[in-house]
Amino acid sequence: MASALANLRANRQAGNSLAAASPVSSPVGAMPVVKAAPAKAAKAKPAKASAAKPAAKVPASPRKSAVAFDEMTAFAGAGPVTPEKVREVYKTFAAWQATVPAKEFERKRKEAELLFRRLGITFLVYGKESSTERLIPFDVIPRIFTAEEWQHIHAGCTQRVRAINAFLGDIYHGQDILRAGRIPAEDILTNSQYRPEMQGLDVQNGTYVHIAGLDLVRTGERDFYVLEDNLRTPSGVSYMLENRNVMMRLFPDLFSAHKVAPVDHYPAHLMQALRAVAPDGKPNPTVVLLSPGAYNSAYFEHVFLADQMGIDVVEGQDLFVKNGCVFMRTTKGPQQVDVIYRRVDDDYLDPLAFHRDSMLGVPGLLAAYRAGNVTLANAIGTGVADDKSMYVHVPEMIRFYLGEEPILQNVPTYVLREDDDRAYVLDNLDKLVVKEVHGSGGYGMLVGPAATTKERQAFAKRIIANPGNYIAQPTLSLSTCPTFVAKGIAPRHVDFRPFVISGKTQTLVPGGLTRVALIKGSLVVNSSQGGGTKDTWILEA
Amino acid sequence: MKLAIQHTTLYRYDAPVNYTIQYLRLSPRSSASQRVLRWKVETPGEVIEMTDAFGNILNVLVVDEPHQEIAIRVTGEVETTDMAGVVGNENETLPPGVFLRRSHLTEGGDAVEDMISPLRKLIAKDRLEGLHSLLGTVSGAVAYRQGETDAATTAADALAQGSGVCQDQAHVFVAASRALGVPARYVSGYLHVGLGASDNASHAWAEAWVDALGWVGFDITNGISPTDQHLRLAVGLDYLSCAPVRGVRRGGGSEALDVTVQVNQGSLAVMPMALLSPDSGQAQQ
Amino acid sequence: MLGRSANHLYWMSRYIERAENTARILEISQRMALLPHVAKKGASEWQAVLEIAGDAADFEARYGEVTAAKVTAYLTLDRENPSSIWSTIRAARENAHAERVSITSEMWESLNATWLEVKDLTPDMLGKHGQRDFFDWIKERSHLFRGITFGTMLRDEAYHFGRLGTFVERADNVARILDVKYHVLLPSVEDVGGAIDNFQWGALLRSVSGFRAYHRVYHDTIEPSRVTELLILNDSMPRSLHACLDNTVSLLAMLSEGRPNEAARLAGEVHASLHYGKISDIFKTGLHEFLTIFIRRNNALSAEIQNSFHLAA
Repeated sequence: MASALANLRANRQAGNSLAAASPVSSPVGAMPVVKAAPAKAAKAKPAKASAAKPAAKVPASPRKSAVAFDEMTAFAGAGPVTPEKVREVYKTFAAWQATVPAKEFERKRKEAELLFRRLGITFLVYGKESSTERLIPFDVIPRIFTAEEWQHIHAGCTQRVRAINAFLGDIYHGQDILRAGRIPAEDILTNSQYRPEMQGLDVQNGTYVHIAGLDLVRTGERDFYVLEDNLRTPSGVSYMLENRNVMMRLFPDLFSAHKVAPVDHYPAHLMQALRAVAPDGKPNPTVVLLSPGAYNSAYFEHVFLADQMGIDVVEGQDLFVKNGCVFMRTTKGPQQVDVIYRRVDDDYLDPLAFHRDSMLGVPGLLAAYRAGNVTLANAIGTGVADDKSMYVHVPEMIRFYLGEEPILQNVPTYVLREDDDRAYVLDNLDKLVVKEVHGSGGYGMLVGPAATTKERQAFAKRIIANPGNYIAQPTLSLSTCPTFVAKGIAPRHVDFRPFVISGKTQTLVPGGLTRVALIKGSLVVNSSQGGGTKDTWILEA
Repeated sequence: MKLAIQHTTLYRYDAPVNYTIQYLRLSPRSSASQRVLRWKVETPGEVIEMTDAFGNILNVLVVDEPHQEIAIRVTGEVETTDMAGVVGNENETLPPGVFLRRSHLTEGGDAVEDMISPLRKLIAKDRLEGLHSLLGTVSGAVAYRQGETDAATTAADALAQGSGVCQDQAHVFVAASRALGVPARYVSGYLHVGLGASDNASHAWAEAWVDALGWVGFDITNGISPTDQHLRLAVGLDYLSCAPVRGVRRGGGSEALDVTVQVNQGSLAVMPMALLSPDSGQAQQ
Repeated sequence: MLGRSANHLYWMSRYIERAENTARILEISQRMALLPHVAKKGASEWQAVLEIAGDAADFEARYGEVTAAKVTAYLTLDRENPSSIWSTIRAARENAHAERVSITSEMWESLNATWLEVKDLTPDMLGKHGQRDFFDWIKERSHLFRGITFGTMLRDEAYHFGRLGTFVERADNVARILDVKYHVLLPSVEDVGGAIDNFQWGALLRSVSGFRAYHRVYHDTIEPSRVTELLILNDSMPRSLHACLDNTVSLLAMLSEGRPNEAARLAGEVHASLHYGKISDIFKTGLHEFLTIFIRRNNALSAEIQNSFHLAA
């Protein structure tokens, strides 16, 4: 009898397994943003300036760093918020807030948390041994922009992404900008993010960056800076959409008192842009979202967006290449795929061409792509334009390709490969933020003013050993926004990531992701390091 | 010189494979030093021909029915000319500067830096002269010995142990040349070594960029620039980026690989049948 | 739909059904263990439960001696046992997580809520008296999930693959539950038809929610051959093997859309043996032998479903 039972046991099917995949795309939990302590002194620029370097000027607030610009009270500073201090755009909110007891905010905060948890809106945080699922803290107080402010941001982001697309088209074809000597050829050709596979290849509509997420910070009424261009697989847009949903549910009255521009049409815009870039203008293309899988930190977003667009989330194992085309494995057999909205990094797309051990990609995908039988969004090789060492050249790209002056400013950046810059940075480490050129998520960087002497010394050694790997920027005085914290409502530093969709033209839905550093005085908004998010309201004129 | 090539690659699996895809770089292009007269790549399944990033002919092979064997048979005839290693500029899509890029297999580390420092002056003064000098340096630093390295050995590894096969020697040369600021690339190809010779017929060497001449070849294993005994198959940043066969399969258990390469002078038609037997030649991979 | 997605839904349902049935198996075992007769015989019943619902070797290595408490702990909240209720709920939730696009948000929220409650449970929290409540709760969550699925999900392929998983798993589990009684709790000859035997068959019926159904159908005292007939051959009994195969066959017909395939053929073959089977023949073959063959064929059917519909890459 025992053996018969054992036999039964052995027959029992063990079930399926969800194989773990390693994280590759830049997750919202690790968005590459650095905010450091308030600006201290004006950047004393070394004598020699390279061609591509922005003018040496510190983006300090008009009040010389005494106090950061506050979204609600401008430069009114600390102390109780009286109605006369409140900026016009926040007046309705401030009046409403005065009627709401702190208890109520706490109740709403808890309700929001419950909503997020029930919806499973979580991200993964990677530890040494294992990863845990966490909620990104959500702050119930909105960040509000005027229509004019939005116009400025909109125009600036559109301009930047147009220039970047032109730049990518150029360096992967004629390389005019290199021949014009505006950017050193070696910086591009030996950059690990430049992909020889893209040289001479025409992409649909000439669009390389279909989706961009630009990280902006504000230091004054009219002062917006671009901190970073995320041009590979930017994430966070799902939080823009879900934060809005939750806010509408929590505060219907506050909503009806404002004319908040809707953001819900983002997935429709994205879908339209993706369909428009199908090979040979195929009329009813099959579009899929390629995800590294359920263990990726941004997986929730992949599923969320695909759901909203009515497309399948696929993993590398679901796709295969045949006849130079890409197919997905369906229950009814193979189905051809025309457009892949991929949330997998270049390196992992095709193990026969890039990282050979990658299980995340599709063997043969590069061949199908080069044969023009499938469109990838974003295109391969866009990373060469958002590399931190390339960031310094974006204003020059705008001038070179568009013949325009940049609408949004760059943060002055020291390129440590250059001797003068390096010497200055090593002498002023206590005032600067040093970042790895390829780093992300706030890892591998030094926030000078917050670091100990020992940490600075150790970092200086790393810089000297491999200067090309680093850039440095002065610390910025990021704007603050009223935020609900344990003690009540208090100002906390924020940044802003709007999303630019490029089809035949550039579009932005009026909104974006506001991230907030929940710890008092902190300038690090990364969710992996204690940051939270807010809903962002663009008021209609 | 007219060369006849027969190259067979045979994979055998101990369980059925459901799907195989391979990138094959087994077809030479005509250039100043070689004219392809006939060339045929026979495979199971379907094959798409295209050009890869480095301008090589790339065949994409897919077999998506259960199989336990894949045989790739290459036969062809090429007329070669001795150009003293000068390949020139072959309508490249890529600027030479691309071949200053780093790659895993050509990571050279400090050992490469030490090796090249005496050559810096010469390279700056006379690049071609300097490269020939580098050729000698690398042959001295990495002795040709089989079985001590494998396909994953990097330039730094080969240099550290002081030995390797042609692939390793080429990697070290490429790493050194790039470290000197001279664009360099890896070449995979065939070498005619004459009847009765037991040496490899599959071969690898390097090419470096000299402004006045274009690409110039350096065969480190033989200490010379390529001659009409050399047939170029594909170029790339390193072995991996232009490997003759690179593939992925689903299922199949363990695999056995059998490769035979024959490079003979003359035409295929007049070749004695004895030479066609699969065990008369040994390949490097 | 994607083969992998169908696979997730198929297994999501299988795992939920498995969690429910593990709760049912533990429930019947505890009920039976209350009898003085069984208590005398020691732990062999629990050994049987272990071998049918878990991995005896793994248990022995980590727990040692077989006792009611240890087997219960192993099959409820043991995080290393892939067949424990804790692990199967987790696996169901992970499969659902991977298919957030294919299921409704209500389904996800319900399953996720179940998982969030189970996740941090400890044996202490369950306690001795909380176990029955826990089993009831697990069954309830499983019923709730099926109900939500029925009430909210589009009747598309995704729905059908989920249903398929439910019936394939249920058929397997019910066959195992029957086998526990017949072979492990096989009473000695003098006990057959006695009070204890009667009690055991009654407990078995209750464990598959069939006690009242039995009386509705037979209007008579509990007889082993009728209990097995009800649970194997009666197609109006929702947990019977016949009912499971009825559903499986019609689901496969829908999913095949007229294309012949091996899974549909195999299901039809198994179905025929139940549809046209006689309980007297089954007893002639031997119930245990019949069940063993059934479980094997049901497994083969599951493998063929995965093949025919490209569920696994």
